[in-house]
Amino acid sequence: MIAGFKRFYTGGIADEVYPRLGQLDYSAELAQIRAAAPDAVFFFLPGGMGINFIKQFAAAGLGKQTTLITTAFSADEDIIPAVGEPMLGIYNTGFWNHDLDNAENRTFVAAFEKDYGRLPSGFAAQGYEAARAIDAAVREVKGKLDDTEALRRALRANAYKSVRGPFKINHNGFPIQNYYLRVVERDAKGRITNRTLSTVLKDHPDAYAGECSLK
Amino acid sequence: MATLILEQTLNGLQFGLMLFLLAAGLTLVFGIMDLINLAHGSLYMIGAYLVATVVQATGSFALAVLAAVAGTAIIGVLLEVTLLRRLYARDHLSQVLATFALLLICNEVVRLIFGSQPVMLSMPEGLSGPVELLPGFHYPAFRLMVIGAGLAVAVFLYLLVGRTRAGMWARAGASNREMAGAMGVNVKILFTAVFGVAAALCAVAGAMLGPLLAVQVGMGESILILAFVVIVIGGIGSIRGALVGALLVGLVDTVGRAFLPMFLRSFLSAPVASGVGPALASIAIYVLMAAVLFWRPQGLFPARA
Repeated sequence: MIAGFKRFYTGGIADEVYPRLGQLDYSAELAQIRAAAPDAVFFFLPGGMGINFIKQFAAAGLGKQTTLITTAFSADEDIIPAVGEPMLGIYNTGFWNHDLDNAENRTFVAAFEKDYGRLPSGFAAQGYEAARAIDAAVREVKGKLDDTEALRRALRANAYKSVRGPFKINHNGFPIQNYYLRVVERDAKGRITNRTLSTVLKDHPDAYAGECSLK
Repeated sequence: MATLILEQTLNGLQFGLMLFLLAAGLTLVFGIMDLINLAHGSLYMIGAYLVATVVQATGSFALAVLAAVAGTAIIGVLLEVTLLRRLYARDHLSQVLATFALLLICNEVVRLIFGSQPVMLSMPEGLSGPVELLPGFHYPAFRLMVIGAGLAVAVFLYLLVGRTRAGMWARAGASNREMAGAMGVNVKILFTAVFGVAAALCAVAGAMLGPLLAVQVGMGESILILAFVVIVIGGIGSIRGALVGALLVGLVDTVGRAFLPMFLRSFLSAPVASGVGPALASIAIYVLMAAVLFWRPQGLFPARA
């Protein structure tokens, strides 16, 4: 993750700190952040680690002078209820947001809210996509699942429209898609949620596609 | 730099005082009843889960702490009366095996009731912000409260064990159990009371550390190992030793996690330094324990005459 961040970041790096996997108490790391006094902190701490980090970051009073930047995994709809107010103002990047303006996404979000009473997370969108991808591929081979080669080709071609916007599968099986910058703030209904700010990477393949031998 | 050192010292103090809460109960139980209790970490976990449950039910953190302390003390007393009482006469290996089984059973029972996912326990609303200790230096209010609670418990234990009749019986039991019994101390009730107090201390530690770490199955094991190191360094049966040992271990651990990587960064790459630093800090704690065992096998403040 850090290598990917450094690939596109052109500014100065004050310091790098690597906590252990599963570490939950960030007092030492936060003291180092306070001493370095950077303009912003980029962190990748998925799940419970990120929840604890954001809460302790706010409790230490660092939110006033330092902006938090992270990936969508640490700032999505499943994290926001666990953290609450300290989430406001966190910038994060991901390949999808519930307010993306395309027909498929609007249908998906409306149906999800009606069924579950809340906004969908990125994981929900990915699950929805996976089911639709399989559905499109099965329709393509007209139900003849024994022909695995044809099924594989149909999956690669992905003949459905994605909720993420422009979406293609690359020769190595990874997607070519847009990446969006989002910020956590209150929406018109007063809910704390992500708002898409801009598209930071358009039709972006993964960094190692050139090294893959698949055609 | 000065604020960095001050902040890391406060962090080490906070961690050390919480270790002291666990180590004090453990050293009392080990010193007075000669019982190695591997399930001590399970009492800490039960305390944290009780706090999380009551906070979710009532919304009041203070009420939850009181309820958890009472509940865990009751569970501890029940455990002592039904099961642990039979282990006093057995050798240490039997005690280890029995309490290890108890640890596993506690983990699975908690998993049955609450599931494997960590339970959310948030800091109370009023304490979730920073406090300005010095101009420009903010420290989390909750961690300050943890330090305060730890110091208050330390003073309370000092008064209880050093200045009351019951405390005198406990110290007599730790020095020489047979003689204390011969002098008329009601040993059965003393043991039950000591175990109840130890369980209550575990619940306080669980309530303080729950919002900072995660409340999940198995949270007691890692801190229990450190608690055993602390009582070996401090001396079995000695609360003063538990305090000194806990503060030592807490400071070494935090300083190791914070300053060693910074020092190692000058000749290692950042990811390697960040991994090696905490490992070296852990090694330092065990080297300290080995050194104490080598020069003062009874610990720094032995209780046994």
